[in-house]
Amino acid sequence: MKYSHLTMWGIVIAIGVGTYFIRLSFIALFGKIEPSPAIMRATRFVPSSVMAAIILPALLNGGGHGFGDGSERLIAALLAGFVAWRTRSMVATIGTGMVGLWLLKAVMSI
Amino acid sequence: MESARSTYLSGIRDVSPVLLGVLPFGIVAGVAAIGIGMSKTLAVMTSAIAFAGASQLAAMDLMEKGAPIVIVIATALVVNLRMAMYSASIAPHFAPLSGRWKGFLSYFLTDQGFAVSLTRYDRGIEENNKKWYYLGTATGLLGTWMLGTVIGVTLGSVVPVSWSLDFAVPLTFIALLAPAIKDRATMVSALSAGIVAPVAIALPMQTGIIAASIIGVVAGYLFECRAGS
Repeated sequence: MKYSHLTMWGIVIAIGVGTYFIRLSFIALFGKIEPSPAIMRATRFVPSSVMAAIILPALLNGGGHGFGDGSERLIAALLAGFVAWRTRSMVATIGTGMVGLWLLKAVMSI
Repeated sequence: MESARSTYLSGIRDVSPVLLGVLPFGIVAGVAAIGIGMSKTLAVMTSAIAFAGASQLAAMDLMEKGAPIVIVIATALVVNLRMAMYSASIAPHFAPLSGRWKGFLSYFLTDQGFAVSLTRYDRGIEENNKKWYYLGTATGLLGTWMLGTVIGVTLGSVVPVSWSLDFAVPLTFIALLAPAIKDRATMVSALSAGIVAPVAIALPMQTGIIAASIIGVVAGYLFECRAGS
């Protein structure tokens, strides 16, 4: 564990408070400050950018959360990526990836 | 005129197909929290306080890597910046409400609650009932999210490491990326961020995710401006 218990509580509360104010922002400011159209257009690209920025390094370098310990994780991730693209289903994606990983590990350990 | 109660229930009903995806997402968040050494109480409270899964997972990933506190918080908030767009889009519908109501409703603003509510508002709904419908979707989402987290926290404490439950975290991000790519411009943003990110992880203090995300946003924005002109 890299952080003390108290530090982790502090981080979680800071994220919660910050996120709350993002949520409240324009709901509270309505009629006073309008978001500029440019900002609205830019925030549309946040989800696709953030998700790709998190996934790709993990996939390619094995540096991220969980992709590191072997090719079976990479293969299972690619399989899950295909399912995600075709079905857009959270259940199907996680299910395929996990079952795929378990099967691959079972096969490779024979 | 539809009653507040039946509008509220229709919100729960309309969001229920979405909940099938929220449950495993919550489970993953719970498992991940236990995985980085959070207490059960904090793990559950994280889902209640933040109520924003992708940012929670991103923050936990960075905490495990020992990133500076400020970077952990900043990355989580960048992940949640999209909610400013939801806030602006739903603001006209909440405009007649009191400040207290606005403050209360804001806590529940999520991707799914926003999407389902706006769809209903566009189809037509009485002004008075908008908040009840939204609260219906929020009840389903928060309830399922917390249930999933509690299941995840329980699983995370008992399931052996050999099951590789940590792998569900990247899988969740993969599941979130697919629907985020809606058109060519969002595809450009994802590709740009994705190409830059493996290089950007060399940046100091784990600032790579933020840097790559900014590049993705700028790329998508510029692409759309050029395509539109």
